[in-house]
Amino acid sequence: MAEVTKLIHEYLRHDKKFPHVWCPGCGIGIMLGALIRAIDRTGFSKDEIVMISGIGCTGRLPVYVDFNTLHTTHGRALTFATGVKLAKPSLKVIVIMGDGDAVAIGGNHFIHAARRNIDVTAIILNNSVYGMTGGQFSPTTPYGMKTTTTMYSNVEQAFKISELAITAGAAFVARGTVYHTRGLDSLFERAFMKKGFSVVEVISHCHTQYGRLNRMGTAVEMMEWQRDHAVTVEKAAQMNEEELRDKFKVGVLADRELPVFEDEYGKIRAMSKGTPAK
Amino acid sequence: MKRKDQEKLLQGNEAIVEGALRAGCRFFAGYPITPATEISEILSTRLPKVDGTFIQMEDEIASMGAVIGASLAGAKSMTATSGPGFSLMQENLGFACIAEVPCVVVNVMRGGPSTGLPTSPSQSDVMQARWGTHGDHPMIVLCPSTIRECYDLTIRAFNLSEKYRNPVILLVDEVIAHMREKITLDGSRPIDIFNRVKPTVPPEWYIPYEDTPTGIPAMADFGEGYRYHVTGLTHDIRGFPTSKPEEIDLFIRRLFRKISQNFADMQIGEFYQTEDAEITVIAYGCVARSAKRAVIDARERGIRAGLLKLNTLWPFMRTQVEKVLHTSDCVIVPEMNMGQVSREVKRVNKGAAKVFTINKVDGTIITPQEIMGKIREVC
Repeated sequence: MAEVTKLIHEYLRHDKKFPHVWCPGCGIGIMLGALIRAIDRTGFSKDEIVMISGIGCTGRLPVYVDFNTLHTTHGRALTFATGVKLAKPSLKVIVIMGDGDAVAIGGNHFIHAARRNIDVTAIILNNSVYGMTGGQFSPTTPYGMKTTTTMYSNVEQAFKISELAITAGAAFVARGTVYHTRGLDSLFERAFMKKGFSVVEVISHCHTQYGRLNRMGTAVEMMEWQRDHAVTVEKAAQMNEEELRDKFKVGVLADRELPVFEDEYGKIRAMSKGTPAK
Repeated sequence: MKRKDQEKLLQGNEAIVEGALRAGCRFFAGYPITPATEISEILSTRLPKVDGTFIQMEDEIASMGAVIGASLAGAKSMTATSGPGFSLMQENLGFACIAEVPCVVVNVMRGGPSTGLPTSPSQSDVMQARWGTHGDHPMIVLCPSTIRECYDLTIRAFNLSEKYRNPVILLVDEVIAHMREKITLDGSRPIDIFNRVKPTVPPEWYIPYEDTPTGIPAMADFGEGYRYHVTGLTHDIRGFPTSKPEEIDLFIRRLFRKISQNFADMQIGEFYQTEDAEITVIAYGCVARSAKRAVIDARERGIRAGLLKLNTLWPFMRTQVEKVLHTSDCVIVPEMNMGQVSREVKRVNKGAAKVFTINKVDGTIITPQEIMGKIREVC
């Protein structure tokens, strides 16, 4: 354990005033640990990595880590990432978003980044709620749940982020939870090594807002809920629809070879300079 | 490499493209909108030839985000749009202001509000260009009235944005964007190109938002070994979010100071026969062309008229405007809006001259005859 802590400390910004903004028990810290371990394993240098985020609790993550970091406007992180990546393709661009950031205000940018298949990794922490602003419902709040703007009941259907990413054309899509921490490490590592648009949806909890309103207990109890409701892709393949009704799949949901935008644009550059031989 | 003089018959939008490439623009992100579309179309074929990048984004919000991202990674970046798209860009334009990211935004104005007049000319985005994004921020806005100026001011826009680390808006009206004139592209004429000042200190000494006497901190590109934090939150000199009143005050005042200390460097205009003028017209964009014709006609009829043409709309050219307010009896401000620059002229007037306006908002240009009519009316 001491060794792991030392590794994490190596990647933190010690001149940034801690403590961080997250509530005790929050899943974002767990995700941050997994991110650092995965980055360390991939061997990318700190100078090569650009970590970009939007707004919200999750959006505060990059300020704590010692990379090139960019904290953008709400929902727009992927657009900034597109510019960074295309201007300097040698950089490893990692985008960190919350569910509101990625699929509400940034939903359009999300599907188009996936469609373009730009070589960027998008990590989305899905805690089903707007935490920083006080617990309002998000596009991933399940039907029937309570939030501070659905005090009677949420009447909207929830987005399934990973399935949306697959349909939109992402090359790699995976889902994990902050309960399955080690699993998260390897999903992140695979996403970072994948050429093309890679998405990892991280199921997390907001016990401060969402959990309290829906009587879901402490952070630990909410993580136990993740344990009890997550089913691996392999196991899910052997289960019927009824058995899967209140479960969600974890693991690699899509891993495919698709044309990557930067490679395709390289061809455009060649075409613009040369005479097309026929 | 030696450049040859090239005589060309160019449209305003085409001259903007030539200026951008000459200034070193290597990244363009945009979304189709008339009357700015030619800029996108031409750059989509020209940029890949110089190893630059053109990308058509999903909307103007995304375009502005991509432009800022590319600039942070070291590319001189630009976008081009018209009123409706310009409204969408305001969000991230504010980000470029607070994070001090150089970039150029071309707004080819058409009538508004909303979808407005696609695509008749207008000059009604003067105030939006200045104050469109929320919060206190400085802004540099240039406005061409000839094809030559489209080229020169685009280069100037890149230079100023790189130098002062502020977005620069090139505010063009549809008449200038689509009009054609003969232009000789530089060649033998020397052109100054300014590139952002980079840090020379070792990374551990680098203070990304340092409060230097010039007010302009050195800017490292992502991936050069200077790992720092860029945020849209109000930040301290290290770039980290702050809520300390003394740090906030210092930061916001520095943003203004870096511009206000250098007004002379960014304010460009032309005095035409104003020395002895009793009536001076203050105009910009396509209207400055009509105004010049009207002044020539007035002089032929023995009326002592003059023109102050504004090529910089913001920061407002107070010194130059005050000068003509003090030397003239009457000042006429014709513009294709309900009175945006005239409002500024009246603000600095303080009773020195009588200020008259011509406001045309029907999607047609103000003619020399209309300006001449006003000159005769007031003299």
